[in-house]
Parts: sequence; structure tokens; C-alpha cells
Amino acid sequence: MAFTSVNFLIFTGILIALYYILPHKIQWIILLVGSYVFYFFAGPRYLAFLLFTTITTYLGILLMFRKNHSAAEYLQQHADYSKAEKKAYKAKVKSSNRAILIVVLVLNFALLFFCKAMLVEPIRSSMQGNGTLSFLTLGLPMGLSFYMFQSMGYLIDVYRQKAEALTNPFKLALFTSFFPQLVQGPISQFEDLKETLFTEHSFDRRQVAFGLQRMLWGFFKKMVIADRIAVAVQELKGSEYTGFAFFILVVFFAIQIYADFSGGIDIAIGVAETLGIRLPENFLRPYFSKNVAEFWRRWHVTLMEWMKRYIFYPITVSKPMLNLSMKAKKKLGRFGMRLPIYIGSLLTWLATGIWHGFNLHFIVWGLLNCFVIVISEELTPLYQKFHGRFAFSNKRGYDVWQIIRLFILINLIQVTDLFENVGEYFRKVFSLTYTFNYHVLWDGTMTKLGLNTADYVILLVGVVLMFLVSVLQRKGSVRKQMQKIPRILRYVILIVLLFAVILFGSYGIGYNASAFIYNQF
Amino acid sequence: MKKRVFPIIIITVLITAALFFFLQALLIPKHMSETKEGAMIREYYKNAGGNEVVFIGDCEVYENFSPVTMWEEYGITSVIRGSAQQMIWQSYYLLEETFKYETPDVVVFNVLGMLYDTPKSIGDSSKQEAYNRMTLDDMRWSKLKIQSINASMTDEEREKGGIWNYIFPILRYHDRWNDISKEDFQYLFHRDQVTDNGYLMQVGVNPVKDEYPRIPLVNYEFGDTCYEYLDKMRILCEEHDCQFVLVKAPSLSPVWYDEYEEQVESYAEEHNLLYFNFLEHLDEIGIDWNTDTYDQGLHLNVYGAEKMASYFGQILSVECGVEDKRQDVALTALWESKTETYQQRKAKLEAEKQEE
Repeated sequence: MAFTSVNFLIFTGILIALYYILPHKIQWIILLVGSYVFYFFAGPRYLAFLLFTTITTYLGILLMFRKNHSAAEYLQQHADYSKAEKKAYKAKVKSSNRAILIVVLVLNFALLFFCKAMLVEPIRSSMQGNGTLSFLTLGLPMGLSFYMFQSMGYLIDVYRQKAEALTNPFKLALFTSFFPQLVQGPISQFEDLKETLFTEHSFDRRQVAFGLQRMLWGFFKKMVIADRIAVAVQELKGSEYTGFAFFILVVFFAIQIYADFSGGIDIAIGVAETLGIRLPENFLRPYFSKNVAEFWRRWHVTLMEWMKRYIFYPITVSKPMLNLSMKAKKKLGRFGMRLPIYIGSLLTWLATGIWHGFNLHFIVWGLLNCFVIVISEELTPLYQKFHGRFAFSNKRGYDVWQIIRLFILINLIQVTDLFENVGEYFRKVFSLTYTFNYHVLWDGTMTKLGLNTADYVILLVGVVLMFLVSVLQRKGSVRKQMQKIPRILRYVILIVLLFAVILFGSYGIGYNASAFIYNQF
Repeated sequence: MKKRVFPIIIITVLITAALFFFLQALLIPKHMSETKEGAMIREYYKNAGGNEVVFIGDCEVYENFSPVTMWEEYGITSVIRGSAQQMIWQSYYLLEETFKYETPDVVVFNVLGMLYDTPKSIGDSSKQEAYNRMTLDDMRWSKLKIQSINASMTDEEREKGGIWNYIFPILRYHDRWNDISKEDFQYLFHRDQVTDNGYLMQVGVNPVKDEYPRIPLVNYEFGDTCYEYLDKMRILCEEHDCQFVLVKAPSLSPVWYDEYEEQVESYAEEHNLLYFNFLEHLDEIGIDWNTDTYDQGLHLNVYGAEKMASYFGQILSVECGVEDKRQDVALTALWESKTETYQQRKAKLEAEKQEE
């Protein structure tokens, strides 16, 4: 049941109606049943994966909870213990909890790695041999990476005693499977989501209207912009398109991936909002960033936050790293002191690359990001000197230049996503330096990409609209700002948007509607 | 202030719905100047009822039999419920629907439909989808339409929206905004009549040049689905106390093999049905392949269809006992009007043809 299908709209409509009509006490149960129904339609066989993650997470949490509980009771009974004895006992409990944590993490990540590996043809072939093990060819279960990361994050938080242990298995099942975020995130933190996921909600017209508006905007981005430009992106991937044609691909893919991914997130957040549930934002106007590090604080925010919390920080503040920092500082100065950060960054970006898939191009993508961030960090003193010396670099015009520079740089990296053949990718990138075929803009090439003049006009209007909305977002929620304009005008805008989706959306017979790009992860 | 919110919301919803249905009406293909076959199903409901004979099938019925000629020569009232590449299950559901409006004495089914067992039978999925739309889009909503849609959808249709594409055709035709023409506005809420009681007139002449090759096939057996729906049609006719007659229209292509003939004959014999293969009676009918076809023998033109109607009308009168209704004053007035329209159409098309 794709987000952009009529079935999804009907499913969501029925669910919202039941959610508010039936007793509020059972709202979370309705969501749980609805989420499993939703997942069932994605493929009944994939339910096994969801259940596996849910059950192992639950068992891990339950065991840790019981151990912590009995430890507290034990220490109460042995109040006469000395500080050292208490510390030793707590360390023993923690070590036992760590063992539980590691077992659950290993089981789940092994499953994730296995599923990702099975998507890579040579690995699948070698694993499968001559047999016909059907589960090897299942493909990646929908949203596996997302719900697994969310569950594992929660498990780690429980271990760290930063989140309350949920002992109701069904509530945990809802946290793991909440359907709007099941497809492509956002990845929520338990402590944030629990505030609204398990509480009772009365029907709030304004809130439901806001949710529907957010969904509509998501549909516009996905169906009118992303799916339309996807046709040209597929065409431009061809080996004959080098030089400036490749640059056009970079720009088109930047538009596609943003409209696709953020559109999907808008739908997810919008659906949750209609139910009174708050999901975290995943995009904070990323194309307005001025450097790569900032970009990654604003793009796929929840994944990057996860990586930071559970991979980067634990690595950089680990004892071996702190020791390394001390020693390296003496020999290498500032660079040496920052060595753990660079190692942490490298490992985090490697993990992020692998999260996207077991392919070389994803790893290259991660390493390129890491490389640019580390270089930028190292050059920071130089930048500061530059800004101090040249006044123009502190003006708005220079900000615009930085934004454009970042847009090109980051999307030159992002476009690796399209090239499993890394050699081909670099060949195309280098072609920018010697193939100056600007004539592709007017020699008819653009009309051979599967788009006609009307398509380009729609895309242009759509992109301008996305840009304007992003500009407005700097002042806060666009929907709240819209509340200030006359109601009639507001309704006209929404009706126009609705019919733009219906008329100009790339969907239905004759269209090869693409799945959300992030579904594959 | 608060009280004014709900009326505004209701008005907005109503305006949105009105706009939705307006755009839907605008974007649906009208089939008035091209592929007129797409307008035939809708047209039936205008003058439904009062027919003694109902023809059911594909282009081999709506191009090969002229109801007006049957009226003129035998006083038989008849209607054709056919559409392009109409699959046998579509014929069945259309027939069941037709019984809501008619109490016919005879139902005539053209057996070419027995060759197509699944929506995939005619090959290209987009072509089949286009044919599905022409048959199903304008059928009135009922359980029968839903059943017909479910039986007809191609794999792509099922994957991309399924029945919702039929419930809200705008989901299917939304991208026609780029092809909107004057015709779409002109026929926004009405259609011209394109047939004469279901008969789609063609006046062109394109003689048969060569004999169609009889290429040996791997399998000549009719599919189970075809037999299933043929049985259903037969039983439906029995339930409505009406004769079920099988015919093979005189079209040269697709080639009608002896093996097909044997199966139909065997079925007709088993169920005591009348079966006429007009390909075996071309001389008696008087078909001249130099003058009576507009597409080299695939279909008859109006001159051939009139000959065919003249020949078959005799059979319907004599062998099936269909009454001559020319004594009925009301019916005569109605059919005289139909005849006039028919003759005007014929004259107009012939004049246009001559101008070419």
C-alpha cells in the first residue's frame, strides 16, 4: 500500500474515523492494529522481520528492566553495603545488561546486514549457490532499516537509563511499527514519541486540517515534482550524458531526491498529525546550508542524529580514543587532539554508507562526505582569517554564493546514489572539467529526456513553489502563517494545490510511478 | 465569528466536489470524432427497451448487422450491445444488464469472443486497457459493472489504482489536460448519437485483396473461461425465456478455423441451440468482397451489413419466430424516425466519402 495510492488514502481515512469515534482509551490499540494491517499489505512475509525486531527488543528491555528492578531491591535490602560494594554490584548488573544489549543488537544488526547483503547480486549468488532458498530473494522488507534503528536506539537508551523501559509488549509493538513512519522514517526517539503516541486524543479540527495540509504538500512534492523529473533522471544516467549534461543530472537529481524524500516525510508527519501524534522533522531547509556539516544537520536529521548519538559520540568519548587524543596531541598538535573526532566521523560515515546499502557507491558516498567535512574542519582557521580580512565575505551576497557552492558540492556527492559503477561516476565527474557541451540546453537534448515543454513548465512552477515555501519556513510554520490570510484565499490555495496533484501528478496507467527512493533503504 | 466556519467549510467542500466532477467530465475522452466505438455503450441507455432481438458481441456484430434494415424488411426490432474487442465476460455482464431493460425473444451472440480467454489474450496490455475503458467506462453503475471491471482489468490496471480508476475516471485521464480540445468542451454534458441501435455505420469500400493465410496454430481449444461465460449467457437466456442463438459473422479475419467450428457446432448441438456460420453462406447472403467491406474483409460496410441483416432477418422471422411489429403504431413511428436518422447518416457519410 504505497503512500500515493488511493488505497492508502482510504485506509488512512477509515483509521482516522475509527480513532476518533471509538473510545479514546483504545486509540493506541487501533493504531497498533492499523499499523500491522498496513504492514501486512506490504507483504505478509515481511511481518516476520517486524515481529523479530519487536520481540527481541521487548525481551531485551524486559530483561534489563527486571535486572535493574531486582538490583534496586537488592541494594535496598543491603543498605549496609559500603560504597565500593554498591559500586561493584552495580557494575556487575551493568555488565550483565550490556551482555543482553549486545546480544539483541547483534541479532538485529546481523539480520539487517544479511538483508542488505542479499540485495547485492554477487553476494546473493554466492550465498544461494544452486539452491532455491526463497528467503534469500525476498528483497529488503519495507522500512526494515528505519524501524530497526528506532528500536535499537530505544534499547540503547533503556540500557543507558535515559528512557523509561516499556514493559507492555503491545505498546512497544506500536512504537516499533507506527505505520506513517514505517516506510521511510523519520526515526523517532522513544522519549519524544511516547508523549503523543500513547496518550488519548480528542478530535481537533485545526490539527486534523493541518495534518491533511501537510499530506497534500507531500503529495505535491512527490507526485508532481519528484515522479515527473524522475523520468529525465533515469535517462540522464546513460553513459552518453557527460559534461554539462551530467551537471543537469546533478541538479535534476537534487530536485528529485529532495522532493521525493521530504515529500514522503511530509506525508508521514501529516498522517501522524491528523492523529494528534508528533513526529520529528527530518528536513530543515537543507539546501539553504552553507557547508556540508551544516547540510547534514538539516538533511535526514533523525538518521544523522541517531548516528551521532549511538555511533559517533560513543566512539569519540570512549577511553581508548581519549587516550589516543592525549598522545596524538603531543606529537601532532591540534590535528592530533582532533584525531578521535576524525576517526569517529570516518566510522560514522562508513556506517551511514552501509546503512544505505552494501554497495561500493554507498561507501564512496559516505567517505566523500566525511572527507569534505574533515577538510572543512581543518580549514576553519583559514576561513576565519579570510572572513576577517575580506568584508564582502560577511555580506548576504557571499551567503548566497556559499549556498550555491554547497548545493553543487553536496549534490555532486549525492548523485553517487545513481551509479553502482563508481568508475562511471568519477568519469562523469571529471568530464565536467573538459566537456563543455552547454548546447544540450538548446539542441533538442532536453526534449529527448521523456519530458515535454509542459512538463518543464510544471517542474519550474513546482520548484519555485518549493523554494518559496522554504523561504517562508524560515519565519516558522507555513500553515500557521497561512492562518493569517483570509480564509477564502487560504481555501483557494489549498484547492488549487489539490487539483494540481490530481491533474499534474505522475501516477496511474501509463506512468512508471517510482517508489519512494528511501523505501529501498 | 465561530458559527460562520462550518458553512464556509461545507461550501468549500461542495465547490471542490463540483470542480472535481467538472474536470472529470472535461477530461474523459468523448469519442465523438475519433474511435466512436467508445461512445456506443453510453448511447444504449437513451432508447433502451422494446427490442425483440439483442445482439451481443464485439465489432463483428456492431459492424455487420443493420437493425434498421431488419425493421424495414421484417418489422423486427433489434439492438446491438457491442463494443470494440468486447471480451466474453463483458458480453455476459452487458447481457445481464440488458435484461433489466429488455424482454427479448432472441439473444444473438457472435462466437468470435470464444477466442479470447483472458485480458491478456489480445496481447498488448495498453491496447486491452483501452478496449476495457471503451466497454466499461459508460456502463451504468451496478453490481454488474463492478463484476465486469473486476473480470476485465489488466495486471497494470490492478497494480495502479484498480477499480478506483473506473470509479473516478479522472485518475485515469488526468493527464489529458495537455490534449484538451474544443470537442471536450462541446460534449461536456451530452453526446451525439453515433450508431443506429448499436450499429456503427461505415460507407467506405476497401476490397479484399488476398486470401487470409490459415497459419496452423498450436492450440485451437477455446478456454475454460469462455465456456464458463457462454454457459452463463445460455442459462441467463433460459431463465428469461428467450432463445440463445449463436452466429459467426462473415468476417474473414481473424481466420475462423475448422477446429473452432467443430467446437461451436458441438456446443450448439449439446445444448440444442441454433448456430449459423455466415461464412458458409456468403453467396446466399450476396456478399461481394469487392464492394461490401471497408477494410478488406475484416468487417462489412453498410452495403454488406444491410445484405447481412436482410438474410438474417429472414432466419429470425422464420426459424426463431420473431414477430413483425409493423402493425404497432407507436413502434412504427419510433422506427420510422430511426430509419430517417439512419438514411440521413448514410447519405451524409456517402457525401463525405465522395468529397474525399
